[in-house]
Amino acid sequence: MKKLMLGNEAVARGLYEAGCKLVSAYPGTPSTEITEEAVKYPEIYCEWAPNEKVATEAAFGASLAGGRSACAMKHVGLNVAADPLFTISYTGVNAGMVICVADDPGMHSSQNEQDSRHYAIASKIPMLEPADAREAKEFAKIAFDISEEFDTAVLLRTCTRIAHSQCTVEMEEREEHELKEYVKNPQKYIMAPANAIRKHPVVEERTAKLTAYAETSPLNRIEYAEDKSIGIITSGTCYEYVKEVFGDAVSVLKLGMVNPLPVELIKTFAKNVERLVVIEELDPVIETHVKGLGLTCDGKNLFPIIGEFSQTTIAKALGAPVQDHIPELQLPGRPPVMCAGCPHRGLFYTLSKNKYTVIGDIGCYTLGSAQPLNAVDMVLCMGASVSGVHGFNKVRGAEAEHKTVAVIGDSTFMHSGMTGLANIAYNGSNSTVIIVDNSITGMTGHQNNPTNGKRINGDPATAIDLVALVKAMGIDHVQVVDPYDLKQTEAVIKEEVAYDGPSVVISRRPCALLKTVKHAPALHVDSDKCRKCKMCMKIGCPAISLRDGAPVIDATQCTGCGVCSQLCNFGAITGGNKE
Amino acid sequence: MKTVGFMIVGVGGQGSLLASRLLGQVLLQTGKEVKVSEVHGMSQRGGSVVTYVKYGDAVYSPIIKEGEADYIISFEKLEAARYAHCLKKDGQIVVNSREIDPMPVIIGAAEYPHDVLDQLTEQSLKVDAIDALSLAEEAGTSKAVNIVLMGRLSKYFDLDVEEWMKAIDTVVAEKFREVNKKAFMLGRNYEE
Repeated sequence: MKKLMLGNEAVARGLYEAGCKLVSAYPGTPSTEITEEAVKYPEIYCEWAPNEKVATEAAFGASLAGGRSACAMKHVGLNVAADPLFTISYTGVNAGMVICVADDPGMHSSQNEQDSRHYAIASKIPMLEPADAREAKEFAKIAFDISEEFDTAVLLRTCTRIAHSQCTVEMEEREEHELKEYVKNPQKYIMAPANAIRKHPVVEERTAKLTAYAETSPLNRIEYAEDKSIGIITSGTCYEYVKEVFGDAVSVLKLGMVNPLPVELIKTFAKNVERLVVIEELDPVIETHVKGLGLTCDGKNLFPIIGEFSQTTIAKALGAPVQDHIPELQLPGRPPVMCAGCPHRGLFYTLSKNKYTVIGDIGCYTLGSAQPLNAVDMVLCMGASVSGVHGFNKVRGAEAEHKTVAVIGDSTFMHSGMTGLANIAYNGSNSTVIIVDNSITGMTGHQNNPTNGKRINGDPATAIDLVALVKAMGIDHVQVVDPYDLKQTEAVIKEEVAYDGPSVVISRRPCALLKTVKHAPALHVDSDKCRKCKMCMKIGCPAISLRDGAPVIDATQCTGCGVCSQLCNFGAITGGNKE
Repeated sequence: MKTVGFMIVGVGGQGSLLASRLLGQVLLQTGKEVKVSEVHGMSQRGGSVVTYVKYGDAVYSPIIKEGEADYIISFEKLEAARYAHCLKKDGQIVVNSREIDPMPVIIGAAEYPHDVLDQLTEQSLKVDAIDALSLAEEAGTSKAVNIVLMGRLSKYFDLDVEEWMKAIDTVVAEKFREVNKKAFMLGRNYEE
């Protein structure tokens, strides 16, 4: 049976068909739906782990126990999982293990544009790269076979355009695999120096064997055209762009295995074409390899190292025709914004109003940096707000301590904020950390997490009590506020920022987009009372716009949160829960 | 057949994912190859969003670039204009006539170009603008703007209405099917 499937859904289907028994992941665009789709198969145990390191180690444990396993993450998640990754390369696996990683060229939803292929090279772990959803399913299955044949975990790399594009995929039956026998084997699984020293040569031998496999594997294939004046070496989504531009008119070496790269196959291809062109998004990984073989090729001299490619990128670089079109119009931009009713809005308004320095973090609340609130000073990576505010305050001292805060979400705090807070407690930091607890992992599309009392499948779970947790870490000053209540929020934050010692404020209100959240009736502006002072416009709510100089509230967007009405000095905004 | 390309554009949160899945499904029923490329994550939060749907005998790239789209279906006026350069010169735009102010307009840093659709017709593009929100409300929910516009698109596209109904049955949860079918027909049959 054929189905239109998202790349991520196809990866999940591949895991299912390969008999995978466990999938552990932390959500991250564009990888999230791999796990959300995998959980629909009752044969696979699926979970949201607190972070990617935990997910990878859980998957490794499952492999050790003899069950095929996988973990999934976005490219920056692999940074977090890099620690187990590099040593899993040494231990190898028991049952097959696949590490799914999704890159985000063009940074649709990411803080950087790193190229995961470098991790495959650095950790000496093989990496497969499908070109569309159909291959994503197929490659997920092949990855398990390679994993078991060569005794290694296998990286399955996708990118946004594969993860979030659908094509028709043929569904096949699941192949059950009995649990492999677990045998205690310290030389293989205890990576203390004496054993690791013996394992490193094994890793190098494995790479040689995998290179030999890459020469003949159907994952890598040459498609010769009649015209051999140009030979394109490419992989992943770029292959689709090449086919879009040239169809079958040019010769192509399509690489489905991007680490290790073949040697003889590339040399043969180079011999049979007049000019070699390497087309790859992001870094010149294949190009560097080709040049290292002593071959001459075009690559980043023609194509950008930055951003996402398309058929147009390729057509323009290689002089193929592009379509005629009207000029692009100059229009006001539409950047992403905090939603109407977002509980973060009241908090960031308060921080902005008091001109605090805000060390931010990764999540929807990164949008606190946007106009008009403009409230955030730094966003680096998951958890960096908590560790960063500490360093900031230690260096600048009292002058900073009483006007600087960290802001981190509930899920991000569980991911990697706790260790930063331990540092604050342990090293006596006069820092204030605000945990914005909206009871969900928001930006990635509503995933449960260890604090909201639900597992990935909705089953009840232990809800980690943030107040008790923070207190147990030695922070005595912990207060909870409702960010819809501007007065309370401001008073409490001022008090805790003024306090000499570590403190935590939990700004608690569920995400307004949650289906379980009941919205109050929409607010409206009483035009007789409104003085057009535009105070209500300062919060940057997308439901409020000006019509002929007067604010109007869009009832289809307004959730009745009442934050704007608290700013109106003339009582002109009414409705919501107060009526 | 040559590949036909659709762009579904709008403001994050307006339901472009459901619209693209409906279109993808109905095209899949033709037996041709279909590719759909969606936007997730940061841009879904009230930002400008675009989804590509392509079908034909062989579809390679899932995305659409300048001058390649046969149809643009836009849930908002300004967004239709933002992607108009991706339309073929003889392509068709189907657009919701409602305006949603983007943040630069809300904070007074930019003005909403109210005449933006005229700018497109001046370029000789074919533009069909309807008040999809009123029709969606008439169908029973303001959330059905997406399906009203898919109904409108169906007018320009030689495919039996029964196929669309079958696709709605496939991609829409049962309790929302009737309201969506009504919204679809209101968009399809609307006459000024």
